[in-house]
Amino acid sequence: MTQQGMFGATGTGDTSGYGGLVRSVAAAGSSSRPFGSYFDDVADSLERAYPAFSDAIEKIVIDRDELTMHVRASRLLEVAKILRDEPSLRFEMCLGVSGAHFPSETGRELHAIFPLLSLTHNRRIRLEVSIPDANPHMPSVVSIWAGNNWHERETFDMFGIIFDGHPGLTRILMPDDWAGHPQRKDYALGGIPVEYKGATVPPPNERRSYR
Amino acid sequence: MTFDPYASSRETTEGTIYSVTGGDWDDVVTEIGSTKEEHVVVNMGPQHPSTHGVLRLILELEGETVNEARCGIGYLHTGIEKNAEYRSWTQGVTFVTRMDYLTPFFNETAYCLAVEKLLGITDQVPARASVIRVMMMELNRISSHLVALATGGMELGALSAMIFGFRERELVLDIFELVTGLRMNSAYVRPGGVAQDIPVGATDKIRETVSQLRTNLKDTEKLLVGNSIWLARTDGVGYLDLAGCTALGITGPILRSTGLPWDLRKTQPYCGYETYDFDVVTAESCDAYGRFLIRIYEMGQSLRIVEQCVERLDSPEYQGPVMVEDKKIGWPAQLSLGADGLGNSLDHIREIMGTSMESLIHHFKLVTEGFRVPAGQAYAAVESPRGELGAQLISDGGTKPYRVHFRDPSFNNLQATAAMCEGSQIADVIAAVASIDPVMGGVDR
Repeated sequence: MTQQGMFGATGTGDTSGYGGLVRSVAAAGSSSRPFGSYFDDVADSLERAYPAFSDAIEKIVIDRDELTMHVRASRLLEVAKILRDEPSLRFEMCLGVSGAHFPSETGRELHAIFPLLSLTHNRRIRLEVSIPDANPHMPSVVSIWAGNNWHERETFDMFGIIFDGHPGLTRILMPDDWAGHPQRKDYALGGIPVEYKGATVPPPNERRSYR
Repeated sequence: MTFDPYASSRETTEGTIYSVTGGDWDDVVTEIGSTKEEHVVVNMGPQHPSTHGVLRLILELEGETVNEARCGIGYLHTGIEKNAEYRSWTQGVTFVTRMDYLTPFFNETAYCLAVEKLLGITDQVPARASVIRVMMMELNRISSHLVALATGGMELGALSAMIFGFRERELVLDIFELVTGLRMNSAYVRPGGVAQDIPVGATDKIRETVSQLRTNLKDTEKLLVGNSIWLARTDGVGYLDLAGCTALGITGPILRSTGLPWDLRKTQPYCGYETYDFDVVTAESCDAYGRFLIRIYEMGQSLRIVEQCVERLDSPEYQGPVMVEDKKIGWPAQLSLGADGLGNSLDHIREIMGTSMESLIHHFKLVTEGFRVPAGQAYAAVESPRGELGAQLISDGGTKPYRVHFRDPSFNNLQATAAMCEGSQIADVIAAVASIDPVMGGVDR
């Protein structure tokens, strides 16, 4: 991720001289063993049960006491099935999916994040799948966790991620004939200026704000 | 049939469509009865007194039996998640509190726990702030369950339950007003602690309310528990077993009605829940009556926790600040009550305007710009009255969230409508949906 300038709004009279500032922001990178906590156990169990582990798992990130497995989209279903069924893993519940849009990550603009919960072992992990905006397809996990049905529809509705194999991928929150996917970063928030006591307050996305 | 603006019909390729928006039911019944068709698709809601909010149910009926049930949602979508990306981390609280409007303190706490996780200050949140959070959440659980019972009762025709429920809820809302200044949408829990300490005399008032609630909740209990009419409407209705719950990702009272004591307050404690004495309430019946019983008895457990919180708030070892020490995160001043209402403390205004320019700069920077949160993502979950409420936050290192997603239990649990209702009578749909207790503000966000 990179950030440019001091202020959120562009094209306004920034007189601070910081307008050309470019900062790159690094999120936590790939972690190496030992991961600590039960994370080694989860990774080991998956590796044992799943021969294509090294191909399917792009990287494992341990950050803020949370385990994130970055899974290749084409392998998602296989990984999900093992995570659910393998007795030493048993992630019976998927708590939905949420999208995120990173326009600056070329080729991996759209992320889908699946929080998993194991009732048996009282553990949580997270799967993250990154796909290109140009071909926003990834497999649906509804056949494995039926409860992801609406969550995937929401993520499709808000981000335009197409979950192949979903039983009925239609919009869920926005009207059926809505154009665009509102939570993508290239979709403007919208809003109108509001006049208050003679002064005009611009809409939130056009106000001067700080990064 | 003569034209009736409230109940007209028209022919389509799919069959005759009858629009019923009021008027004389007898006319409609006569007209529908005159056709040979037994197979009817009924669109119920989104404006309907028995759908528990702006929920649209599409029911395919064969006589009185429901063959297929589907939900239509989105009528209360307000774009809170998107809006939060344009405000500071602190302002986010004001947005998320409006999601599930019956559980504002749970939304706020889940959000703040996730922000604190991102900031890495989870351990620095003062003990007093955590006690206040727990107390407000448990009171909130009572008020939310009361609405669930009240509206659920009303939808099934038990109007006394509605009157009792809303009467008791008012007592809880009075405490919210006393502590936060607002009955709903308080924006009281903030990243790093809570907005302000409880006012003087609040613990006495809460004690009084707790004992009054203990007495009054008995009324609701006596009214409905074991009541044969109530049993006839809820017993065995809306059946969903453990396998169904795990497949559909269902948590909260619906999961506990299968006998599984899964409660995040016990299994994955947060805010110090492991130090409180309470029991997880379960039922074995997997039905609407079991969920009703769970709600009734959970209120009693919540009262137990509230009593322990009040005890702690009065004890010397829990005196102290209610916001993290870090001045770069904690709000510069506490609110105070002036002649013109609650506002910025006059001492603080005097300091920043009269004596210390550095304080003024600090105040200005923190309030307008906010604090920066290190890049990364975090997920924090709390046990809301409806199940696991999760806040998934992503930060890009800036002063505003990059992405805010709420995993709302109502949204997820509403998916069980089909599994609970198909094959049952149409009247049972109402009881089943009421037992899911969806709040559309949380479903649609």
